Amino acid sequence: MDLALETARKKGADYCDIRQGGRRFQVVRTKNGRVEFISTSEQTGFGVRVLKDSAWGFASSNDFCAGEVTRVARTAVAVAEASRGLVRHKASLAPVEPVVAEWEAAPKIDPFEVKIEDKCALLFEAERLMKEAAPVAITQGLLSCFHEEKTLASTEGSLIHQRFTGCGASIVATARSQTDVQTRTYPVQSSGDGVLQGWEYVTDLDLLGNAERVGREAWELTTADQCPSGTLDVILKGSQMAIQIHESCGHAVEYDRAVGMEAGAIGTSYLTPDKKGTFRFGSPIVNIVADATIPGALGSFGYDDDGVPAQKVDVVKEGFFLSFLTSREMAATLGERSNGTNRAAGCDRIPLIRMTNVNLQPGDYSLDEIIRTTKHGILMDITKSFSIDDRRYQFQFGTEAGWEIEDGSVRRMVKNPTYTGNAPEFWNSCDAIAAEDEWRVWGLPTCGKGDPVQLIGVGHGASPARFRHVKVGVGKW
Amino acid sequence: MLTNDEGFTRYANSEVTQHSVETNARVTVKVIRGRKTGWATGNSLASDSMRRVAKQASANARASQDDPELTALPGPRPLTPVQSYCESTANSGPGYRADNVAKVIRVAGKLGFQAAGVCTTHVTETAVANSIGVRAYQATTWVDLTCVVMSGEGSGYADAVVMDADRLDAAQVAGEASMRCSLNRDQLALEPGEYSVILEPYAAGYLIGHLASGFRARAYQEGRSFLRSIGQKIVSENLTVWDDGPDPLGIPSSFDYEGQPKSKVVLVDKGVSAGLLYDSVSAAKEGKESTGHYGTTNLLAGEGPVSRDDLIAGTERAILVTRFHYVRPVHPQRTIITGMTRDGTFLVEHGAISRAVMNMRFTESVLEALASADLSKERRLVGSLVVPAMRLARFSFTARAGH
Repeated sequence: MDLALETARKKGADYCDIRQGGRRFQVVRTKNGRVEFISTSEQTGFGVRVLKDSAWGFASSNDFCAGEVTRVARTAVAVAEASRGLVRHKASLAPVEPVVAEWEAAPKIDPFEVKIEDKCALLFEAERLMKEAAPVAITQGLLSCFHEEKTLASTEGSLIHQRFTGCGASIVATARSQTDVQTRTYPVQSSGDGVLQGWEYVTDLDLLGNAERVGREAWELTTADQCPSGTLDVILKGSQMAIQIHESCGHAVEYDRAVGMEAGAIGTSYLTPDKKGTFRFGSPIVNIVADATIPGALGSFGYDDDGVPAQKVDVVKEGFFLSFLTSREMAATLGERSNGTNRAAGCDRIPLIRMTNVNLQPGDYSLDEIIRTTKHGILMDITKSFSIDDRRYQFQFGTEAGWEIEDGSVRRMVKNPTYTGNAPEFWNSCDAIAAEDEWRVWGLPTCGKGDPVQLIGVGHGASPARFRHVKVGVGKW
Repeated sequence: MLTNDEGFTRYANSEVTQHSVETNARVTVKVIRGRKTGWATGNSLASDSMRRVAKQASANARASQDDPELTALPGPRPLTPVQSYCESTANSGPGYRADNVAKVIRVAGKLGFQAAGVCTTHVTETAVANSIGVRAYQATTWVDLTCVVMSGEGSGYADAVVMDADRLDAAQVAGEASMRCSLNRDQLALEPGEYSVILEPYAAGYLIGHLASGFRARAYQEGRSFLRSIGQKIVSENLTVWDDGPDPLGIPSSFDYEGQPKSKVVLVDKGVSAGLLYDSVSAAKEGKESTGHYGTTNLLAGEGPVSRDDLIAGTERAILVTRFHYVRPVHPQRTIITGMTRDGTFLVEHGAISRAVMNMRFTESVLEALASADLSKERRLVGSLVVPAMRLARFSFTARAGH
């Protein structure tokens, strides 16, 4: 690693860092009582980032040997030199104390030590229970785990080694009637919930205890009534709240978006820099933090890829928008210190401002109380569809299942529930948030950003919450 | 085995913001032991690493279970070579990308606009081999340039994809985006509802891509596709869609990730569902041969009889959409999708663009939208699709963005 720093220095770099490391993934997927896919993957690599004459250059490779390190460091400088004539603003870095440090998210039970045969057996049993509960057409199971190690060294003297181990899991039932196909999952859709924990997480999830309900509800959805259309109250369960926070708050408070640096790709943000500290983002009960220090949460770490320590930051307090997520480069333009969110999807990718664990803090209701005090609304669970505009303002979400509530009681299950709105109106309509005992951090393993896109794990702490007078049942059904 | 040398220069606010060169590889090994299958992947081409990956795949197969419906590996079949590699692209470095970004910034700057986007150069090698004789290799190059041009009042978009770096006309791309940006001001707030639309190819590509996703044989066999049968009228008779790996209008390829030759498959023939895309597993289920569709596609939609400008000239009232943003399925079996318009949405009245409109959200069934489609003579490569502009009689907008 010293070779990269020294090579860049000799070529005139004002700043250089190198990240080197590797990741190992294991995926076990079953479908209809058979193994669909068992795979293991290993990735190693390194990336060299340099700042020369106010221009950034980055280069990376999969081959960590002396000759390649020298070539890549020289390439990174050449890339910075090629950019120099097209940089108008002098890039600088907000200060950070150089550290020599170790950090680890250590599992209680190493998920790689659990036999693949045992993982298949767990998923087969969950599939059997789903099929036993109802005549579902397709059952699926997924267990994944990963281990990552990375080391950051910089010309400022930081040397940081971090180790991460994590897990994900999900079960899926798909039911088919003559006229419809419906899906129910647990705990969330697609790639599964993600955590920085070991096999103990999978045990606590209780896939078998939920399998019967998942199978039954998938089947019930095929004959459920269509979600009504109109302006109703909406109660979102925790996993859907996680997506709502992610799309309409988490991405919106990334400072690089706010100043137009992602305008050519995923867009900008309606939360422009002038709104910081004064804009009423949500109702007074809305408190949102970005907290990279939560043990076991997918968006946690010891240090970001700038070498800045993990932090807990007030993003929204009592409804007011207070802070953007920043990197050292972006923080310098604000005259602040970085709040430590600059992360890359791997050592071979360039770091970007990314969410950590962006959490809606718990309120003081219970879900039962929220339902009891709702005149007419829809309780919605688990994301099926999500879309938001290029300013993170106008959104539309759909969930797997809904339950119509009338006069404080659940009246019936409804299918294809959707709701739409704009971010500030929606968050200002929040009038009830469930308490800490119904709060947990949900992991999103595949948050996308950048161009070419980088996928990274983030987390969102949430409990069920209610939003008043929301447009539901969008479209022709 | 895939190797990838990718260089990209991102720019925003009319200056370079990220500039990177990434070298990587992927080696994927599938092992069949008896009736059990295991996979493993690595990113090093060193022999000890590849040996480790192969051993891991073998161990994963051992830990798996017998698959009574296991399909044997596909054997070798003749491949038709394609021209997919250009030295000019392979040799283009950071200076090439920076020069093209500079051209974009200059064109936008002359009109007082800011520009953002990315110029990416790709050099990839793909090799597929198996233990019963498949041997396939292809090198591919291409360049992407995306361009969002912004004034204080609105934005415009254009992009280009070329195999040969020397054929990239960055100034033309910037000019196209700037033209849209110039028009995109003083936007009218239209009420959500049903409108006729004219979709530029960037927007039309989303609908064609979504339509084609229903023609994957495995999804069809499992009843997950919206498609219920072949030979059924599903969209306008003006629309023919096919996949043809070697067609040089797209980024050509001669084989898939199983090393099987890519056949031309007509998915929709004059509005009627016509054929499915098979890999070796889905083909074996029906006693057929793979069409070479394990992995990538090279989709094309047929052209229409009139120019894009004549489509506009012949329209009494419609919304002209440059592109969509964040399109996601709402109900896959009913082909309902939702998304936003972006970077240039305009009202066409009496045969001409009359003014810009605020971005809108649509929620619409792809099949219903394509039930009536008039296509332009010009087509363009959008991502991995070759598509014309389209006029659709009815399209449902369900909300307004407010900007």
